[in-house]
Amino acid sequence: MIVGLDIGSRSIELVGMKNRVVVRAERVPTTFDPLSQCGKLLEGLRPDILVGTGYGRNLIERLALNCECTVITEIKAHALGAGHLFPEAATVLDIGGQDTKAIALSNGKAVKFEMNDRCAAGTGKFLEYTAGVFQIPIEEFGQYALKGENPPEISSICTVFAETEATSLMARGEQPESIALGLHKAIIKRTVNMLNRVGLRLPLVFSGGVANNPCVRSLLASAIDARENEGLLIPDSPDMVGALGAALHRANS
Amino acid sequence: MTDSAHREMWEKLDLDLEAHNALLEVLGKFYGDIYMSQQNRLQGAEYLDFVLSEIHGLRIKELREAQAEGRKVVGTFCVFVPEEITLAADAVHVGLCAGAEAGTELAEQLVPRNTCALIKSFIGFKMAKLCPYTESCDMIVGETTCDGKKKAYEAFNEIAPTYIMEVPQTKTGAARALWKSEVLRYLAEIEKLTGRTITPEKLKQGIRTVNAKRQALQRLTALRAANPAPISGRDALLVNQISFYDDPARFTAKINELCDELEKRIEAKDGIAPAKTPRLLLSGCPMAVPNWKLPYVVESAGAVIVGEESCIGTRNTRDLVDESGETMDEMIDALVDRYLRIDCACFTPNSERLDNVAELAKATHADGVIHYSLLFCQPYSHEALKVDKTLAAEGIPMLSIETDYSMEDVEQLKTRVEAFVETLA
Ligand code: SF4
Ligand code: SF4
Repeated sequence: MIVGLDIGSRSIELVGMKNRVVVRAERVPTTFDPLSQCGKLLEGLRPDILVGTGYGRNLIERLALNCECTVITEIKAHALGAGHLFPEAATVLDIGGQDTKAIALSNGKAVKFEMNDRCAAGTGKFLEYTAGVFQIPIEEFGQYALKGENPPEISSICTVFAETEATSLMARGEQPESIALGLHKAIIKRTVNMLNRVGLRLPLVFSGGVANNPCVRSLLASAIDARENEGLLIPDSPDMVGALGAALHRANS
Repeated sequence: MTDSAHREMWEKLDLDLEAHNALLEVLGKFYGDIYMSQQNRLQGAEYLDFVLSEIHGLRIKELREAQAEGRKVVGTFCVFVPEEITLAADAVHVGLCAGAEAGTELAEQLVPRNTCALIKSFIGFKMAKLCPYTESCDMIVGETTCDGKKKAYEAFNEIAPTYIMEVPQTKTGAARALWKSEVLRYLAEIEKLTGRTITPEKLKQGIRTVNAKRQALQRLTALRAANPAPISGRDALLVNQISFYDDPARFTAKINELCDELEKRIEAKDGIAPAKTPRLLLSGCPMAVPNWKLPYVVESAGAVIVGEESCIGTRNTRDLVDESGETMDEMIDALVDRYLRIDCACFTPNSERLDNVAELAKATHADGVIHYSLLFCQPYSHEALKVDKTLAAEGIPMLSIETDYSMEDVEQLKTRVEAFVETLA
């Protein structure tokens, strides 16, 4: 079995493949002890090759497995995964827990990419943090924001400043749903900028945990003149794309 | 590098001994991790290791000995200050640019936070009493290049008197006339400082010495075009960095020896990395000692650096001074012309640089270019966009990196650089 392991800042995903068919796909939170979380995912598995990716990719060296271990970056992993699920993909957007990546593809290969800078502005962490301000579980935050109307402009995508801004908007009596929508819009604005910098071409594959958020999806679709399944392609399990790509890196060769 | 034999000297220079020891310790460890860990390194690297281990020791001792003989020490921050003239007055010319995060908080009392790391570093080193070079200088020369430096020298002047050369911002006839008058003014100032008259013979000697140094560095640049790459980018950067500190004649001899060794290696097809290793050119802001962060990240990502298009690199070495002049005036003109060919991003327009980057990428057989700007460096961040366009038109991939001296973005940088290297494979 070839195993791809995507060690991110928020969660760790595992995809196992045999003969290019996914036979296992699992996910655990990263916690403060990613190494033993990886161990849990791998329990009972005997991979022939392990491919690590994601922020913590180099941790796989410390797993002490009796198999060939190699690493690729999450850029390459997402390009491979998205290209496998949607061979027509031209651009990939991945919004994960702590970073956002835009990747331009050519013949299924990453040719140009952009990543956010050192802070987590406008990433999954941003949504998680601001959802907390509204006391809404992160899974429901998108649905909640979709109820908003005439969203106020949120000028900051800095996680800390956005919270301050949201709080003062609430104090001014703005509808919380509308503020939530404004926060989502702020992310989209920044994301589209990043996509344009790599030369956005459709179809765009949207991967990473934030692709589960319906509000982000619908705002993104209209911002890039596309519709879901038409120009904007979303995998069934968007957070597994990195691990899938990692496994494919060796399953292809 | 923590050799206590030099303690007395540092004490006399009024360094903050405790902080200075801590700095040397960190530097030593950093050097060990980044340099000594390399496999199959050149024999000539012994010279580099030695100079670096004694960068605050023996070399400073030499400067003090020169001063005891009545010679002067001139410190500079920019490759526009003509070393030929300094040498013609038997003075010692050293670079003061600093590449370490030290004294940042102190520096931020004099310059705004959004100032590039290079500026904050040289101010921080001065304020924290960490740099034996700055403390050894009889004269410090600043220059009007970027706004960051211009304003920083005003503040710096209050703690360390700084002579300012006016570097023009364009390359028109009027700008040349201004630059010539500034070169002459510098010459007069150096004569005043040293009490020596710069004769045509002396100036000619100065020109020859600096040309010979640049030729040795040009030779190194040319040899790096070989595949497999005969020397790591880290070592080559160190050579360029040391060229700003060491005695020019000794440096030239040592680098020519190192090049002889490289020629043999190239003949034997013995490289520092296998022939199929992706080759990258670095382009942009200067990397002063001990700023080895990006080269280390790049070469740890499975690539090899084959050139540095920067002031601690080819921008400083590409052009020589025409040696045919005999009279003072002819030689000054030759100097003026040579220095005005420097393609610094502070000039407008600066289109030569775009051609030079593309040309160097081709000459060194680079598979891609990493453009490096220091955070808050307007001139080079601007040009990153232009360089990207130029290279795209030539089909040469480019990655743009903006960073500073801190280590907090190293993981991010690694991912970016590794992903870029993956796209080249
Ligand atoms: S980049 Fe410009 S200002 Fe800086 S050292 Fe080089 S020539 Fe001088
Ligand atoms: S790196 Fe840029 S901002 Fe800093 S001194 Fe040089 S030109 Fe000025």
